[in-house]
Amino acid sequence: MRAPAPAGRIRVAGQQGLCDRSGALWFADLSLLVVSDLHLEKGSSYARRGSFLPPYDTATTLARLSQVVERFDPQTVISLGDSFHDGGGAARMPEPFRQALATMQKGRDWYWITGNHDPDAPKGVCGESVTEIALGGLTFRHEPTLISVAGEIAGHLHPGARIVQRGRSVRRRCFAGDGRRLVMPAFGAFTGTLNVLDRAYRNLFDWSSFRAHMMGDARIYTIAPTNLHPG
Amino acid sequence: MTKAAAVPLPLDPTLPARLPEPFLRWFAKKGWAPRPHQLDLLGRAQAGRSVLLIAPTGAGKTLAGFLPSLTDLAERPKKKPGEPGRGVHTLYISPLKALAVDIERNLTTPVTEIGLPVTLETRTGDTPQFKRQRQKLAPPNILLTTPEQLALLIASPDADRFFADLRYIVLDELHSLVTSKRGQLLSLGLARLRKLRPDLQAIGLSATVAEPDELRRWLVSQNDLQEMADVITVQGGAKPDITILQSEERVPWAGHTSRYAIPEVLQAIKDHKTTLLFVNTRSQAEMLFSELWRINDETLPIALHHGSLDVSQRRRVEKAMETNSLRAIVATSTLDLGIDWGDVDLVIHVGAPKGASRLAQRIGRSNHRMDEPSKAILVPANRFEVLECEAALEANYLGAQDTPPLVDGGLDVLAQHILGMACAAPFDADVLYAEVCSAAPYVDLPRDQFDRVLDFVATGGYALKSYERYAKIRQTKEGLWRISHPRFAQQYRLNVGTIIEVPALNVRYTSSGRRGPARGGMTLGKIEEAFLETLVAGDTFLFAGKVLRFDGIRENECYVSPANDRDAKVPYYGGGKFPLTTYLAEVVRGMLADPDRWKELPNQVADWLRLQAEKSVVPRANDLLIETFPRGNRFYMMIYPFEGRAAHQTLGMLLTKRLERAKLNPLGFVATDYALGIWALDDLGHAFRKGKPKLSDLFDEDMLGDDLEDWMASSYLLKRTFRNCALISGLIEKRHPGQEKSGRQVTVSADLIYDVLRSHEPDHILLQATRQDAATGLLDIRRLGEMLSRIRGRIMHKDLEQISPLAVPIMMEIGRERVHGEANEMLLAEAEDDLVEDAMGSGWTETKP
Repeated sequence: MRAPAPAGRIRVAGQQGLCDRSGALWFADLSLLVVSDLHLEKGSSYARRGSFLPPYDTATTLARLSQVVERFDPQTVISLGDSFHDGGGAARMPEPFRQALATMQKGRDWYWITGNHDPDAPKGVCGESVTEIALGGLTFRHEPTLISVAGEIAGHLHPGARIVQRGRSVRRRCFAGDGRRLVMPAFGAFTGTLNVLDRAYRNLFDWSSFRAHMMGDARIYTIAPTNLHPG
Repeated sequence: MTKAAAVPLPLDPTLPARLPEPFLRWFAKKGWAPRPHQLDLLGRAQAGRSVLLIAPTGAGKTLAGFLPSLTDLAERPKKKPGEPGRGVHTLYISPLKALAVDIERNLTTPVTEIGLPVTLETRTGDTPQFKRQRQKLAPPNILLTTPEQLALLIASPDADRFFADLRYIVLDELHSLVTSKRGQLLSLGLARLRKLRPDLQAIGLSATVAEPDELRRWLVSQNDLQEMADVITVQGGAKPDITILQSEERVPWAGHTSRYAIPEVLQAIKDHKTTLLFVNTRSQAEMLFSELWRINDETLPIALHHGSLDVSQRRRVEKAMETNSLRAIVATSTLDLGIDWGDVDLVIHVGAPKGASRLAQRIGRSNHRMDEPSKAILVPANRFEVLECEAALEANYLGAQDTPPLVDGGLDVLAQHILGMACAAPFDADVLYAEVCSAAPYVDLPRDQFDRVLDFVATGGYALKSYERYAKIRQTKEGLWRISHPRFAQQYRLNVGTIIEVPALNVRYTSSGRRGPARGGMTLGKIEEAFLETLVAGDTFLFAGKVLRFDGIRENECYVSPANDRDAKVPYYGGGKFPLTTYLAEVVRGMLADPDRWKELPNQVADWLRLQAEKSVVPRANDLLIETFPRGNRFYMMIYPFEGRAAHQTLGMLLTKRLERAKLNPLGFVATDYALGIWALDDLGHAFRKGKPKLSDLFDEDMLGDDLEDWMASSYLLKRTFRNCALISGLIEKRHPGQEKSGRQVTVSADLIYDVLRSHEPDHILLQATRQDAATGLLDIRRLGEMLSRIRGRIMHKDLEQISPLAVPIMMEIGRERVHGEANEMLLAEAEDDLVEDAMGSGWTETKP
């Protein structure tokens, strides 16, 4: 019997990755950090419709991003789309945040993948905007595709999972993967989740090898489908 | 109506009632005489006074409440041709839609028989749109409606015209309205109506309450003089005949099922015409119902009624009740249960009543003829409940009342009202502030709080002023606040009200537990999502009188099928739980402390207390007894404050934090209505004897400072309170039918907002509102604070070799309780361990070294 692996270690199409409990994904061999669905400026987007969520979501998300960037010190960063909650989000973002972002980006290759919320290149921030990108045998895009692929890393769905244990229900964001495709959790402060047992995921995975890597407070917990519950 | 053919004589000659000729004729024809309190109320109303009528059920309250309106409408000069149509003359507000409908029916009879030119209509959430439109153009003389509809009416730009002829507002079931946020919103609506019609008179109808003056002030405009409405009190008729069930069986140590007494309860049902059985929670109702049917060999018609059941099922039961075709009905709350009570001649209260006033109101439901005594039997579920029932009996005999004191108006409710007022017409902040302060719940509202709430409504009220340009309400050049876009008025209308529906799913009953794409099936009712989330497929539970198998959740419905088991596997199904009132708690403590009174108790209970006195000690009435003893390889600490479960739970959280800091390794705690038990790895008794820590320090009131603050940061109870405040204040929108499918992915959960807000702006007005609510609500901090100050210097520690008799019931609750609080990580790890066992050797999650 081998010793248990450190929490959150995964393989996608042969690449060794680490699901970090912050919700970021780290490929050490590629010095690559991936985050998904930041939904920056979601608060101000809601405010335009008269819903005044606390205007601290961008600050919270960027602070967390900056921590994880500092911790891994990656050469390359990919933001997997829906980085801004709407097309005008980047332009609306207050100056101090723009600077904080620029500081993080300094000396790194930074890719903004376009998403359904932000289909165009973000205005007024550094980094290269692309619809998808291939690195180390992996393909990074916002929405997972239905075609059979090996090595796809996507976001968009905001996966979450739920367990029921001893009469208690625990619901967490999670990384959802079957070894060939991985759907990343949303990183943004005000982002909700969609249960991995929802029909939106049905044709994406080989369920015999599917695992939900749930984000605990202390570490990542890897849960098999038999222990997952819908809702 | 009492039967008597007499000419009415007003009671109070200073305020003689004028009863117009047609009314006198009607009374005479019926062979009735108006009751003294009906004339008294009429006389005072005709003299221009607002009046509070306190009377038991069956006292003719409704007619009393409407006589001033009906006589005024009868005497009012007829509309001249060409004169514009008149507005609403009388507004009737009740907490229940069903009650409004019922009153319409009951009033129509006298109106037709007297031949009054009076129109009356209901307006509720169920009223069709076209009828509401028509009502706005051609209002009835008397409009019967709910607090939410009133909020909508006054938020409309034509409110002034609509209420131009308003003379009276009749507020029914006022005692139950005023204790809720609905009541606070209503008080603000009433303030607005008084503003529109300064001569408006309010008539409140209420059951007996502890502090009638609070309600009297509530009815009229408040200023420095603390003016009050007049009050008329009708004494209850004969004293009720209440007994405690003397069971042949042993009264259990713990638990809430009362299973031991079922045969005796069934016998009592057999001995009476119609029995009403009250319990405190839905789970108790389900349990009692199924246990009764298990031995109901004569198949007496016994029905079940509670708020979670499907409406059509409830209506069927109510119909059967009206036609007297039921022998017994099991119910959770007087308000759940329709209006017509049929011929109930016995009330059985299963489980302790938790409050003296609650017991009185429930018993009042039996026997509509108020001059005959109502009959009631109390069935305690465990030994502590025997004490509580005995205390309630004494309270009832003394006529003691313990309705909760009114609390200050919520800031979230105020926020909703402010937006509503901006929808009606642009307002001046000074003027609106004065109007708000004239409502009793807001009389002490500081101006700066009002301004912060106003700021919250306008732009969210954040220190970071980044939403100025999106403001919902803005000041005009003249300084008036107005809504900046009509869509915010639309938004307000969709979210009006303070009733927060707990997320619940429809329960679909399918024949055979098919897991396939089976659809349809009968709807049994609704069950809280939070409970369903704790189930896994195959679990069985009791609902709608059946043992059901949980098959799963599809979209927004829960699928169940009949289970073959006789007993449900998952016993717990929450539902409303009432706290033990401070008053009853005090009587229980007094009873415990006085061995002379143990004679009144059943022998087995008296023996239990005597044994306690022998093995440990019985605490004096104002002392706090703490026992410590070892058991198994753990050390226990039992605390007996009798302050209700909510306060005990808060105390348990705070004490375990302190014991942790003292390195005594507390492992968990259990809270009941009467006591709190904590267990630890270290010898607590030894530590307290050595004064490490001192018990007086452990129970110091300062625990309500930083410790409380720390705990509240992460408490799920506080998050739940915050969610309610966020919904009522309009920070987040309510979920509407049809929108659920958009799913969690796009909704911003209140928990996330709470975390972000708390870390960036802990003094935000909505967090203040949340803490204010929690202090009196789920955490009951106010009561805990009063207790800590009461027991200062009066802590009695008994270090025992073994468990004491008093501790037995609490020990038995341990293990019954589910995993508590903040153990999520452990549960995740357990779910993962399953995987390791399942998948050992598959190597899926593992990596090469």
